[in-house]
Amino acid sequence: MPVFYDNRELVTPGDLLAEGNYAAGKNTYKVGNRIYASQLGLMEYDKREVRVVALNAFYTPSVGDLVIGKIVEVNVNGWTVDINAPYLATLKASDVIERFRPQRDDLLSVLDIGDLITAKIVSYDRSRPPTLTIREPGLGKITYGQVVKITPTKIPRVIGRKGSMISVLKRETGCKIVVGQNGLILVQGRNPEDERLVVMAIHKIEREAHTSGLTDRVTEMIRKGRVARNESGVAGKANR
Amino acid sequence: MNQELPERLIDESMRRVDGRKPDELRPIKIEVGVLSNADGSAYIEQGRNKILAAVYGPKEVHPRHLSLPDRALLRCRYHMAPFSVEERKSPAPSRREIELSKVIREALEPAIFLERYPRTAIDIFIEILQADGGTRCAGITVASLALADAGIPMRDLVVACAAGKVDGTIVLDLNDVEDKLGEADLPVAVMPSLNAVTLLQMDGLLTLEEFEQAINLAIDGCKRIYKLQKEALKAKYLAIKEEVEE
Repeated sequence: MPVFYDNRELVTPGDLLAEGNYAAGKNTYKVGNRIYASQLGLMEYDKREVRVVALNAFYTPSVGDLVIGKIVEVNVNGWTVDINAPYLATLKASDVIERFRPQRDDLLSVLDIGDLITAKIVSYDRSRPPTLTIREPGLGKITYGQVVKITPTKIPRVIGRKGSMISVLKRETGCKIVVGQNGLILVQGRNPEDERLVVMAIHKIEREAHTSGLTDRVTEMIRKGRVARNESGVAGKANR
Repeated sequence: MNQELPERLIDESMRRVDGRKPDELRPIKIEVGVLSNADGSAYIEQGRNKILAAVYGPKEVHPRHLSLPDRALLRCRYHMAPFSVEERKSPAPSRREIELSKVIREALEPAIFLERYPRTAIDIFIEILQADGGTRCAGITVASLALADAGIPMRDLVVACAAGKVDGTIVLDLNDVEDKLGEADLPVAVMPSLNAVTLLQMDGLLTLEEFEQAINLAIDGCKRIYKLQKEALKAKYLAIKEEVEE
């Protein structure tokens, strides 16, 4: 059962990854007993499975995911939401308003076109568009902060192993960070400077996601950024 | 560019009009991810050909009625810029461009897992900035890179190359003059890892033996370009890796 590439080696679509009794994991496919890559990404394998961590991909909805979306349409009994996926999602009015009455309730006053929301996906299959809910603590309309867009495959890197990366970002800047599985990240800080620092760090993570020692470099970058800011006196006193 | 037509396409020492050997490719330069507004993009220079490809999707289909219930809709536009040839070309799609769009779409279709994304559309735009023969082949080669750059799951990269017959000799990767004055042109697109042909056209006359020789030469050329394709796809990420890991 030979494997033709090393762990974390860069592979391209069509590369023959392994032959034999392996399971075809993410971003791979099987023909007979040969496993090929279907994406540009980093090869990973263990005794059982061969998979590829894609470097660039679009978001495929999955039930239970937390996503950040934008209202693009207001209908009679709900909203259409762009969740950065191949399909537009729907949010039912009955989910947002208790005892919804189509004749009386004004949906525009609840959520208008262009509003950003955090939501969870409650259903999705091949035959109909995904549906969302905001009926959970912490979900709903976003009222302040900044939203950054990155490629969805790099979301795990922003979170880090057991949340190591994200806790660094939170601890070093004091910002609240909500990570949508669809590649959108909400950053809410006490002032725009803190938020800007996090946004810069996230872009750095996206660009260098396939390299090692990233958490240390990001920590260093944020600390330098804060020092530079305090010296120039933009923030005045430290926000702690 | 090619004002005076050469008398002979191959000289005594078996050199072609541009100095190449019969089985030599034109110099190729490929770059991936050149456009920030497209989901995926790539650029190729093959000899004097300059081609840009952009990919969008998968996304909702507009107009709605075109969407397919069981797979994604693949749309392809091959277009030559008015300044891509010596005499200004009307920017309106010509009969030839419409046909090539279809042929290129059908050459790329088998490589993409379209059935995974029903009711969506994937759009491919191939813009010929400068043409010098063999643009359909180079167009397929870049378009498949743009698809991979967009993160669209593919069975394999598609790579295309032509072979043909000029002055009685079977040659690889014909340029404009050789294509126009030669006896035959045979564009071939393949998925090299899967050993599958996705496009095969022929223009002109070849004997059965010549055809076999030509198709083998074309496939060999494809395999050489395939290596460059893979390198180009990885280059973007390897550069960053080197930069930060010194």
